[in-house]
Order: sequence, then C-alpha cells, then structure tokens
Amino acid sequence: MWINLQKAMIITRREVRDQFRDWRIIAPIIILTVFFPGLMNFTAQQSVDFVAKYGAPIIADRLIPFLLMVVGFFPISVSLVIALESFVGEKERRSIEPLLSSPLSDVQLYLGKLMAVMFPPLIASYLAICVYLVGVYRQVGWVPDTTLLIQVVALATVQSLVMVSGAVVISSQTTSVRAANLLASFIIIPMALLLVGESMIMFWARYHVLWYAILGQALVAGLLIRTGIAHFNREELLGRELDTLNLQWAWRVFKSAFIGVPGPFRAWWRMNVWGTLKSLKWSILLALIFTLGGALIGSTQAEVFSIPADLLDWENLEEGLVTGIEEIGPIRFFSIQGAGTILFHNLRAITLASLMGIFSFGVLGIIALVFPFSIIGYFTAVAGQTGLSPWKFLISFVIPHGIFEIPAIILAGALIIRLGLILVTPNEEYTIGEAWVRTLADWARIMLLVVFPLLLAAAFFEVYITPLVALNIFSR
Amino acid sequence: MIITKNLSKNFKDVKAVNQVNLQVKAGEVLALLGPNGAGKTTTVRMLTTVLRPSSGTAHVAGYDVISDAGKVRSAVGVLTEDHGLYDRMYILEYLDFFGQIYGMPAKEREGRIHYLLDKFDLLDAVDRRIGQYSKGMRQKLSLARSLLHSPPVLLLDEPTSAMDPASARLVRNAIKSLRSEDRAIIVCTHNLAEAEELADKIAIIRSGKIIVSGTYEELKQQLLGLGEYHIQLAKNLDSRNLPLPSGVAITEKGTDWFHYQVTDPKEINPLLIQNLVSAGFAVVRVEEIKRSLESVYLQAVNQAPIEEINHVD
Repeated sequence: MWINLQKAMIITRREVRDQFRDWRIIAPIIILTVFFPGLMNFTAQQSVDFVAKYGAPIIADRLIPFLLMVVGFFPISVSLVIALESFVGEKERRSIEPLLSSPLSDVQLYLGKLMAVMFPPLIASYLAICVYLVGVYRQVGWVPDTTLLIQVVALATVQSLVMVSGAVVISSQTTSVRAANLLASFIIIPMALLLVGESMIMFWARYHVLWYAILGQALVAGLLIRTGIAHFNREELLGRELDTLNLQWAWRVFKSAFIGVPGPFRAWWRMNVWGTLKSLKWSILLALIFTLGGALIGSTQAEVFSIPADLLDWENLEEGLVTGIEEIGPIRFFSIQGAGTILFHNLRAITLASLMGIFSFGVLGIIALVFPFSIIGYFTAVAGQTGLSPWKFLISFVIPHGIFEIPAIILAGALIIRLGLILVTPNEEYTIGEAWVRTLADWARIMLLVVFPLLLAAAFFEVYITPLVALNIFSR
Repeated sequence: MIITKNLSKNFKDVKAVNQVNLQVKAGEVLALLGPNGAGKTTTVRMLTTVLRPSSGTAHVAGYDVISDAGKVRSAVGVLTEDHGLYDRMYILEYLDFFGQIYGMPAKEREGRIHYLLDKFDLLDAVDRRIGQYSKGMRQKLSLARSLLHSPPVLLLDEPTSAMDPASARLVRNAIKSLRSEDRAIIVCTHNLAEAEELADKIAIIRSGKIIVSGTYEELKQQLLGLGEYHIQLAKNLDSRNLPLPSGVAITEKGTDWFHYQVTDPKEINPLLIQNLVSAGFAVVRVEEIKRSLESVYLQAVNQAPIEEINHVD
C-alpha cells in the first residue's frame, strides 16, 4: 500500500505542478478562496444587521453556519472540471501512452490522478473556510462550535471526494472531453440536490443529521473509487473509438448473452437458467439478509407507531373485510382483473427498483424492494400487540401467495444487486459496457423465466386463495 | 529477448494482428515495415503490455506480457507513435519525472539525464518549456525518455519521423550506438533506407500478417531472385562469344558491357573473370547491381495476395 502511494504521489506531484502553471485553474481557485469568502462575510454582516432591526436573530444564527458550508463547497467545484479532464484530456492530447507503458500499476496510476485533481481544490476549500471564519469573527465575533466545524470540513472533504471519484470514473471511461463534460450531469444534478438537502438541514439546525450525509457520501466515494480501479483499462484509454451509440452491437451482445449456450431444452435450462441462479447465490443471500433485516426493522416500529386495538377487531373479521379492502383500493378479489392488477403492480415495482438500482450500485433498488417486508414486519408485530398470534396473521394474509411472491422478490433483489455491483467488479474479459449488457441479459432471462411465472402464480393466489384462507381462519 | 508465437489481436470484428511470429535476439535490430494500418503499432503495444493479446503468446526480456506485465514494462524502453510530452514542463523536470517512475535513484537520474541531453544535442534547450520545442526536438526528447532507464529491450515506433536530415542522422547514429550484445531493438518505420541502415533483420507486415521476414540478403534473394552483376570491359565485345561457366545467365548486353545472374557468386564470379581474362577480354570493373530495399518492399507488398480487412471468424 505504501509503495502504491509513493509511486502514485510521483504522478500527483507532477499533475499538481502542472495545474499551478495554468492560470485558467489558478484564477478561479484564488477568486473562490479569497474573494468569495470576503463576499460571504459581507453578506453575513448585512444579514445580521438587517435581522437585528426586526428582532429575528435566529435567521442570522442559521445563516452564518450555512455560509460556512457554502464557502467550503465553492472551491471544490473546480475539482470537477479538472477531474473530468484527468484521463480523457491526456488521451486527447496524446500524452498518455508513455505513462501507460511505464511500470506503474493501474492502482498507482489511478490514485495518482485522483489525488492530483483533489488536493489543490480541497486545500483551497480549507483556506476559504479559514478566510471566512477570520472575517466573520472580526465582524460579528462568531466562533463555530467545534463539532460543526469538523462537520463542515468533513462535508467539504467527502463532497470533493465524491465529485472527483465520480468524475475520474467518467474521465477514464469516455473517449473525449466533450463526452465527459456531457456525462458530468450525472454528478452535478445529484450533488445539487444533496446541497439543497444539506442547506435545509443547516437552516433547521439539525446538525447531527449531517453525520449521515457525511457517512453516506464517504460510502459512495468508496464505491466510486472501487468502480474506477476495477474498470481501469489501459487498452480502452488508447482506443480511438468514437462516442457513437452502437445499439446494433449492444443488441447483438444482449441477444447472444440472453440465449446463452444453445442446446436441448433441459441442457439449456440447466446451463443458462439454473447456472445463472447458482451464480447468484451470494446476491440471493445478501437480498435475503436485507429482506429479513427490513422485516425486523418494520417489527420494531410497531412500538413507535402503535395502532389502537379497537381499530383492529380480529375476532369479528368477516367477509366484509374483502369488500372493505376493495372499496379503498383498485384490487378486485376473485377475478382475473384483480390478479392482473396485482401482477402489473409487482412488475412495475420491480422495474422501478431495477432502474433505481442501476444508478445507485443496487442500493436504492434493494431498499425499494425491502420496504414491503418492513410493512409485513410492522403488521405482524402489531398483530402480536393486539392479541392475535403473529403466525395466524402470517398464515392468513401473507404465506398463501407469499410462497411464490417472496422468493420472486428475493430473486429480483439479487438480480438488482448483481446489476449494480457489476459496475464495481473487476472484469478483464469484457469492457464495462459489455459486462453490463451481459448482466442485463441475465437479469432479463431470470425475470422472464423464473420471476415472472412466480409473480403470476402469486397474483392468482393473492386474489383467489389468500382471501379464502383468511376468511376461513377468522370465521372459525 | 523478444519472442512472439502466433500473437494476435482482434478489435471487435477486425483482426488487427494475425498470428505474428517474431524472434529478436539480444544484440539484434529488427525493422518492422509495413503500410499504414498494417499492425506495426498494435504489435508494439502488445509488447509493451498496453494492449492485451487476443491469442498467442509474447515474451519480452524473459517475461510474459500477460502474467508479468509490470516486469515487462520495466524492461522496455518505448518510443511511442505520439510523442507523449507535457508542454508546460521543462525538459529536466520531464525526464526526472520518468526517471522517478522507473525507480532510478536521484544521483543516477541526474547523470543519465545529462548524458542523454548531451547525446541528443538538447543541453541548450533546458531552459525552455517543452511546448516551445520543434518537432525534431520533441522526437529527440521522446527518444531520450525511452532510453532513460537503459532498458534491455527498445521498441521504437517511427524514430525519425518529422525530423530534419541532420537530426535524423543524429538519431540513427544514436540507435546504431545502442546496439549491444545484451539489447534487442525493434524499429517500426516507413523509412526504407533507415531500415536498411539499422536493421539486422527485416519483417514486412501487411493486414496484420507478417508476409516475409529475414535478413536483407535473404529477402532480396527470396523476393527479387538471384543477384545481378555488371561487368565492364575495356573493348567492344564485337561478335565474340563469351566464355561463360555453368551457372551464369546473361540478362542484358551492351557494346562493351553485360549483366548476368549467377547462382553462387562466391564460386562462379572468380571463375568467370578468369575465363574472360584467358579469352583476351580486359575486365575494367565488376560490381553487383544495387537492389534497394524499396524494390524488395514493393515486391513483397505487391506479391502477397491482396486481402481486405481481416475479419474474426
């Protein structure tokens, strides 16, 4: 590790020196480090004077820490521009081949570039924070709480790391600076939303929530660095392919991966369906752990958000329950239309979860799928609280169709995890795009041949069997 | 030093390099010739481990290009097709940067940099940024970079392109001086005179395939047939018969000269001259008719069946 860092620092030193020789980089850093904090000091002073006239000092109390965060963020915005250019810029200037032919390892090259684009703006950010603090102390005598100061510095650091690591991934995977700049929206938009959220937290003075933001961003940065190193490919950096969307090629790869190894049906099924399911075993285990965890968290919430016992009159549950549910929802029991509605709902949920998973390394997708299990856990615990056996609740309302639906959702969750994690998994055989298209083909095959039939069965059981079981049990 | 066996590289559907077999021993210089897009640079890039072979094997300085990629890169000095220079840097900073990457101690770096700058006439340019250098100076600096760590294997892609004649001569002399018993060199070039001057062996590549390889003499024999000689006589031939030993075939005849081909020049040429003198012909001059590498190259390139871009089966 130490050797890696030492070698990486050779790259870092050269690149930092190069940046400091470019006035187009230096000028904005100086302006954002010195001039901008001064402007913020002026704003803070004016705000304090203004709100003091109307007896609303709370606004100034919240504004000054907020401006501290803003002052720390602005210089690091420069890092995005430098980072987007890091690999693909060298590629366009044709200066990268001697570096790629040198004895530096992939990790050394990648970390060297990453540190080079992060250090100057980050140091500028710390300096800007200092300038602002000195100014605001001299003007209004404000001194930040130590924890808040640590939080703001940590926020600036992780924000810089997230932006830089994301931008370096883009830079190492695109073939032109223009393409990298266009793809920067995938960083700018989430960061803008994050800043809005952090600003709200600052104005509400719920400073402890900032720790979650710091932790979350540190995790994302770690995943992005891992993605970058996993898919760093010297060959692609030298390639002269154009940024054209080759749908024909993508379709060919998808089709061949979806069909898999041809052969008699049983052999094909064993190889391409059962084989894929076996390869998903760790993802399935992970999805299972998440769903059980979700159910457990849901059950703990029954203590926090309890339902009065008289609202849940289990003993007098009659056929009216079915019509009652039908009145408040779109589901029609004992009808094909009802089964169709449930199937459509489940497919829509899995599709949306898959889309969310693609853009979040699988995290948001699995959270979306785990959510219904939290609800089941919650109601099971509520049933226990109101005197009903949790097992009776589960057997009546969940298990009849759940024996199909739960495995389907766990399988879908595993596929979403795989789809997200393929981006952070090293792959020497395929490019990042090809590996992803192949995983999408696995996703489609298992969804179509395993998850969909299970959901279909679950939908029919949910409208025809589950209500009968529930009524039968509760009418005794 | 450099051994490739059926080395191939596919880019999606195209075979850029197709089953290339090369062997360059220590102390040898191999010139890799071929038209643009023939696969020269791709071959070099596989040998520097920047490109991963699709099939076949390659060993450089005893290391496998796939399993020992890092060691291969340490053992190779490469002059890339693009110079790969940083315009804002000064020459000393630039070479020192690469010296550090190659793990050279500071003292050694300093000495070696000074030696190379002197060798390539670049000492006067140390106070200028690289961006201000001419094309030739940039090329010389790139070459200095590739030699910095005294690598046992040198891969030079177009070493004298964009150079004025004086600089090109300087670089060619430098490459000649780099020949040593423990160094293998591959030079990719379009410059046939350069290849002829520098190389011990020549390989001609087209559409990713080596179409012919060997020493210059072997290639001449293989592609242009037997060697041709010119004999100048003191007097006219008139109608006299020439006393030709077996193995000699006249190809052209003038009033006081003739051209001939011979199967074994070492044996037959002295015999022919002896016969001519005995028969009263005064021989003024005997010389081999020069056959350029260009004619060998063109013959090789035109003779090989024209193939369209190789497609992966």
